[in-house]
Amino acid sequence: MAVISNTTTIIDAGAITSGSGAMTLIKTLTASSSANLQFLNGTSNVVFDGTYKEYQFHCISIHPESDGEPLTFQVDTGTNTNFNIATTNTFFRARHNEGDTISSLAYVASYDQAEGTAFIRMNGGVGNAADECCSMILTIHEPASSTFVKHYTFTGNNYQDNSGSENLFSAGYFNTTTALTRIQFKMGSGNIDSGTIKMYGIS
Amino acid sequence: MAILSNAVEIADAGAFSVGLGSMVLIKTLTASSSGTLSFVHGASSVVFDSTYPIYKFVFSNIHPASTSYFQVNFRDGSTAYDATKTSTSFGAIHAEDNSTPSLAYVAGSDLAEGTGVQRLTTGELNSGNADDSLSGHLHVFNPSSTTFVKHFISNVNYSNNSPASENSYIAGYCNVTAAIDAVQFSMSSGNIDSGLIKLYGIKDS
Repeated sequence: MAVISNTTTIIDAGAITSGSGAMTLIKTLTASSSANLQFLNGTSNVVFDGTYKEYQFHCISIHPESDGEPLTFQVDTGTNTNFNIATTNTFFRARHNEGDTISSLAYVASYDQAEGTAFIRMNGGVGNAADECCSMILTIHEPASSTFVKHYTFTGNNYQDNSGSENLFSAGYFNTTTALTRIQFKMGSGNIDSGTIKMYGIS
Repeated sequence: MAILSNAVEIADAGAFSVGLGSMVLIKTLTASSSGTLSFVHGASSVVFDSTYPIYKFVFSNIHPASTSYFQVNFRDGSTAYDATKTSTSFGAIHAEDNSTPSLAYVAGSDLAEGTGVQRLTTGELNSGNADDSLSGHLHVFNPSSTTFVKHFISNVNYSNNSPASENSYIAGYCNVTAAIDAVQFSMSSGNIDSGLIKLYGIKDS
């Protein structure tokens, strides 16, 4: 769009964008005793293709129905619904409990995967007491590439089921050169009782 | 800002905001020998409520008056910055003389249900040189929730008093169900000599 006065262009198309932010909200999903939350390219206004180089998923106040279950995610290609793309990743975390008896920084080998196809664990068990939840930020780079593996990183904080704070860091890649088209989030077991996941494109 | 043509308003303030992306600058505070820098919802155009689900503070070249820790606290309803917090703390260090590279948990900067200030650094910022400073960010999730604890995650880098580059990761939660309506930054000793703190909201829709 251009703003034109008496045939003189005052502001040309794109002139405003130089001051714009780089994040575009694509879709918000809200859990309500939901078995999973999924974002499918081309469905319900979701864009998950080459439009953006990077996608972020903001998982806000995710509260599980079952105590001690982790938030997890996986992706798939085309119209497949298996959500089982091979991934290799790293996982480390810092922990500190409210009783001040546990404090650590450690790699967690039981949470990583080596060409595994299981859902990817984002944290230790999330507490399910009324005020307990986790909040995470997941970034996926160039999911539509048909040349490269697809890298991802995530970080966040969790109220663990053992009454402690857990700061999480993981990174890895989906070992496929097929474009990703979809992503699904769910708890390790049981429903996502409540919480919001917002999908952003980063341009 | 409005765009006018021959006294006719073509576009009003905010008319372009829909296309301006999802990260919105709410407030910038500039330190000038400041004891504290506070972002209080409803004061001085600060928004810190359910308008945004995630808030991001960006620290640019925070320079302390005294060698000290950079720190934060949260207000949960009263006038005091004393929300109960449990947190973790770790950092990586590498000295300018190539000595003492390390990665370790730092118990001195964590809290276990503490109400005092939360350090955002695992070590002390150096004040001795004019070019020493800290930069980084702090995310606060869903601060206005009256149901859940409020998670926060922070990552900063700074020149410590070794001198060395120190990369600190501090995160945790305010263990309260009252809304967090204000955030205050300070040094553990002396003033914030200079620097900027910007508050952004990440748009909800």
